[in-house]
Amino acid sequence: MERRVFGVETEFGLAHHGQGRRGLAPDEAARYLFRPVIDWGRSSNVFIPNGSRLYLDVGSHPEYATAECDDLLDLIASDRAGELIMHDLGQRAEAAMGADGLPGSVYLLKNNIDSQGNSYGSHENYLIPRTTHFRRLSTVLLPFLVTRQIIAGAGRIVPATEDAPAHYAFSQRADHMWEGISSATTRSRPIINTRDEPHADASVHRRLHVIVGDSNMSETTQLVRFGATDLVLRMIEAGQPLGDHELENPISAIRHISHDLSGRATVRTREGKRVTAVDVQAALLEKARRFVARHGAHHDRVEQVLDLWGRAVEAVATGDHSLIDREIDWAIKKRLIDEVAARSGLDLGAPRLDQIDFAYHDIHPERGLFHLLVRRGRAERLLDDARLRRAITDPPATTRAVVRGRFLSAARAHGVGHTVDWVHHKLVDRPLEAVMVKDPFVTEDPRIETLLARLGGELLELNPAEREAQSVPLALSERYVRTQPAAPPEPPLV
Amino acid sequence: MATQPQRRPGQTEQDTPGAPGDGGAPAPAGGNAQSQARVEELDSLLDEIDSVLESNAEEFVKGFVQKGGQ
Repeated sequence: MERRVFGVETEFGLAHHGQGRRGLAPDEAARYLFRPVIDWGRSSNVFIPNGSRLYLDVGSHPEYATAECDDLLDLIASDRAGELIMHDLGQRAEAAMGADGLPGSVYLLKNNIDSQGNSYGSHENYLIPRTTHFRRLSTVLLPFLVTRQIIAGAGRIVPATEDAPAHYAFSQRADHMWEGISSATTRSRPIINTRDEPHADASVHRRLHVIVGDSNMSETTQLVRFGATDLVLRMIEAGQPLGDHELENPISAIRHISHDLSGRATVRTREGKRVTAVDVQAALLEKARRFVARHGAHHDRVEQVLDLWGRAVEAVATGDHSLIDREIDWAIKKRLIDEVAARSGLDLGAPRLDQIDFAYHDIHPERGLFHLLVRRGRAERLLDDARLRRAITDPPATTRAVVRGRFLSAARAHGVGHTVDWVHHKLVDRPLEAVMVKDPFVTEDPRIETLLARLGGELLELNPAEREAQSVPLALSERYVRTQPAAPPEPPLV
Repeated sequence: MATQPQRRPGQTEQDTPGAPGDGGAPAPAGGNAQSQARVEELDSLLDEIDSVLESNAEEFVKGFVQKGGQ
């Protein structure tokens, strides 16, 4: 398909550290965190003006799902905006707790595992044509995803067990996957989830839901993660012969690969061959290079994706991690941990190093170690602050998120009850006039404008400074004000 | 934006007024200069990390417990 819709859902870890006393439990902290959200939308599960979704999910994890994007940089910007939105909520929660006599610090971590091994996810969504052969997902896509951790993992210090000493692994999520392909999520955690809610025309599209990925702090890592996955999907969709890498046991393979940084761990394919993660990634990368050479680049970051993908595979194959240690999360963090360990004389089991591992994922822009490394030139960025700031308030400009953002912001300005989800737009008093927008690529819909026009009155759009000046979190700021008193609304259709 | 290499004195408190922002203190001559600079950068990084992390590492790590998600 020429254009693809992407989205990513991030569950954040949440902790409160009390000053001089016990901190709040995560579920209590989550209630403080979402207080401004509930005040704004009367719910802890809302769509916000930038078209994204903000909610408390299973286990009281604060979660942010990006609006649908059709551009990799828009996707990364929207995901990063989610971090800034959570940080804003975290600062407000900290202040509210302090005012209630509970001083302390709120920590929001964009990682996937706590100190006891509980895991939470980073889920990617890719819109694919319904005609895509399911068989090719298991012969090509699944092996790609099982081995993708070597190019996009977030890295992790695995604590010592009876069988193995503490060691560094590629992935945070690898040990928490239980099935290859399935339709369940919390119960069995499959790598590819096929629950079929395309949020689009189901006769044409399928939504591929991938839950194996680690949350990334690094924008460059995100670029290769989403960009390489998109390229593999494009080759599958084009019917490109890609070989058969189907693994005999994807779940044991993903764990085995994660725990061997040499990249030499071999896993068995269904055909009985023994292959390494480097073999699988290098083969698909080579196919992707040829595919792009033949068909041309379909966006202006393709070269960058191929270059970083290639260097990541080479870094693992040769053991020269300096090829990627400013661009790929696992390598950026490993360099930090290795250097601190060597300079301070610490072994990998030391609590200080575990703390550094966690603190790398702290989204606080001053306190978080990833951000500290960026300031010191030890990690790279892709997007500037102004772009991230815009993504807090503005939907991506080329998808249906524009329609959703406009509808919900306008309905709020008119002061009328409304509900929206990925597809539906409804005014509570006019349920029969609800509008379904099934095409994720439309950016305007005359039915929505007709519906809003029935509310009478005129709206004035506020500028960025006026939105910043509002007392609510910027992400929840009102986009419009009504300039005329309400005209008597047209009676609803009955 | 946000990528100025910081050059802070290592473990010792010393002020070098007039030192150019990026040049820093004169590095020892010879092949050691680079590795010396690297050690200083690392020590300055360690200082900065110490200044942002909570001091009780074990308590911090053990206290970070979540319920499972998806």
